[in-house]
Amino acid sequence: MRIFVLVKQVPDSTEIKIDPRTGNLLRQGVAAIMNPEDRHALQAAVELAAQVGESSVTVLTMGPPQAIDVLTEALACGADKAVLLTDELFAGADTWSTSGVLARAIQHLGGAHLVLAGRQAIDGDTAQIGPQVAEALGMEQATYVQEIEYLDGELEVERRMGEHLERLCLPLPALVTVVAELNVPGHPRLDLLLLACQDRAPIEILNAADLGFKAQEVGLAGSLTEVVETFSPKSARETEFLEGSPAEMAAALLGRLKAAKLLHKGGLE
Amino acid sequence: MTIRIDQQSCDGCVRCLAACPYGGIDIADGKAVLNLRCTHCGTCLDACPQGAILSDAGTRRIPDFSEYRGVWVMAQQEAGGLHPVSLELLGKARELAEHLGQDVSALLLGDRVEPLVGALFAAGAQQVHLVEHPALAGYRTLPFSRAAAQVIQSQKPEILLVGATPMGRDLAPRLARRLGLGLTADCTGLEIDAQERILRQTRPAFGGNVMATIVGRYSRPQVATVRPGIMKPLPPEPGRQGRLLRHNVHIPSQDLRTTLLKTIQVPRSGVDLTSARVIVAGGRGVGNMAGFALLEELAGVLGAELGGTRVAYESGWIPHERQIGQTGVTVRPDLYVAVGLSGAIQHRAGMLDSRFIVAINKDRAAPIFDVADFALVGDFSKIVPAVISAAQEA
Repeated sequence: MRIFVLVKQVPDSTEIKIDPRTGNLLRQGVAAIMNPEDRHALQAAVELAAQVGESSVTVLTMGPPQAIDVLTEALACGADKAVLLTDELFAGADTWSTSGVLARAIQHLGGAHLVLAGRQAIDGDTAQIGPQVAEALGMEQATYVQEIEYLDGELEVERRMGEHLERLCLPLPALVTVVAELNVPGHPRLDLLLLACQDRAPIEILNAADLGFKAQEVGLAGSLTEVVETFSPKSARETEFLEGSPAEMAAALLGRLKAAKLLHKGGLE
Repeated sequence: MTIRIDQQSCDGCVRCLAACPYGGIDIADGKAVLNLRCTHCGTCLDACPQGAILSDAGTRRIPDFSEYRGVWVMAQQEAGGLHPVSLELLGKARELAEHLGQDVSALLLGDRVEPLVGALFAAGAQQVHLVEHPALAGYRTLPFSRAAAQVIQSQKPEILLVGATPMGRDLAPRLARRLGLGLTADCTGLEIDAQERILRQTRPAFGGNVMATIVGRYSRPQVATVRPGIMKPLPPEPGRQGRLLRHNVHIPSQDLRTTLLKTIQVPRSGVDLTSARVIVAGGRGVGNMAGFALLEELAGVLGAELGGTRVAYESGWIPHERQIGQTGVTVRPDLYVAVGLSGAIQHRAGMLDSRFIVAINKDRAAPIFDVADFALVGDFSKIVPAVISAAQEA
């Protein structure tokens, strides 16, 4: 079974801070990591490949050259092959454009029986790439999957639909996006990591021309949506900083809460 | 696309630095220069008053979309009734449609769902496009995509709003790709641009600490998804009438290969933060279960429910139903006490409408202080016990 895993390099967004003076992002020193849910997708791919036998796991990412780091990590986690799609022409791509590039790359690389991806990336949170790649490849899809079983050329999956769970029987080829409940990702293996860092590591790099795209078909020029404005959300609240020792701050706070009628006889109204 | 900065015309005014969401521009010797973080996204292009930022992208022709009319809402179902997000979106759709001088329609797909039509009229739909088909009994991606695509292609709406439920987030991207439509996920603001009369779609972006306004000039309908709880429904007008339009669709057998084996109800825990009047919430800075035990004590004294951030959930400190924010619940208590959480916008999106916000954090630059009424800077493990004893004495 040919399995592809879609991964994305993302900033560790929980570490991002805002410059209180300018309101701009402070990006210096923010680590770039493999999108957390993608690690679960990769783990599932490696497990399924071992179960089914005669399988290959190819990890695919589109991004700037430094995104190769997540491919190295993926090889160390058991992927057989990794492909980086990188080109300045890809910059500014929306999910329409990105999904078109990823789908074309999968076809270019021989096609897939199964594509796995994280439900969404923590920097964009759109959850659009999975279904859009599935549509571009004409595949079945299941999103929000927390359990995957391979049975005789079909998948049985369990997906989380908010208030309820659904069990689906999914014929291949299919694309499945996964949530963290699916599995516990293994750690990168040192022996594989050493191999992945060598020049002969199985990492292929493709650009727009390799995939047969013209400049105006990809990136911002090939996108259907565009960002016209970015801004830091401003609050209408006036923040009062309470100063002093912990006990003084606590007393001041309680006074404010009482004045706002949020406290009543030792408890809340 | 490639961006470059003409060093001759750049006067070093730094406006592009503020516009860049990636921190991709530096000032060197009084001139703006691109650094390695530049992704050539083009956001800076309009920020330069000197016209010194150049790109190789040509002007794109905007197709003629004059036959596309109407603001549509995907009517989603839940347990045999309408999902509340559909009614919320109808409220927003009315506002957008008034700006455009157009009508509001709901698109209702299902099997024997006609009894739901009246509720859609009552919630603000002027027309309901109804598709009934046995293959649409219960949501499956391919039959729903097929049916929705056929109706949209024939009716040509200008805008389509979809609730960002798991179902909506499964369907909308599939449909958008099929019809070649731009799609913006999880919008928190929607408005009509006064000049261009296109939909301005605002959402958290770039790691979540920035808001981005996005437009789709090159395809129709313009499609946006919106999380439940963000928009306000109109007061229902029972008995309100509208036009019911039935559509027949053809769903080929190849769309029916995925089968739904069973549906399992998840037992509800009984926790409902959305109705809590006081909430104490913690994040990464709380550090461990012992820290959350302290917050639980504070919650007990204040008569509060305990909540937390995504990090708190992912670290196992709180169950998922207590996660507040974009990927959790949205809350509007009278009092929200945020402890050891920085206030990334995904979290703020879920608590910003609280009446009073108290923030306790050791980092004075934490964004949570921007939205707080009362800010306490310092070590929470010292401040929280002080608040507990002060509240007990009060």
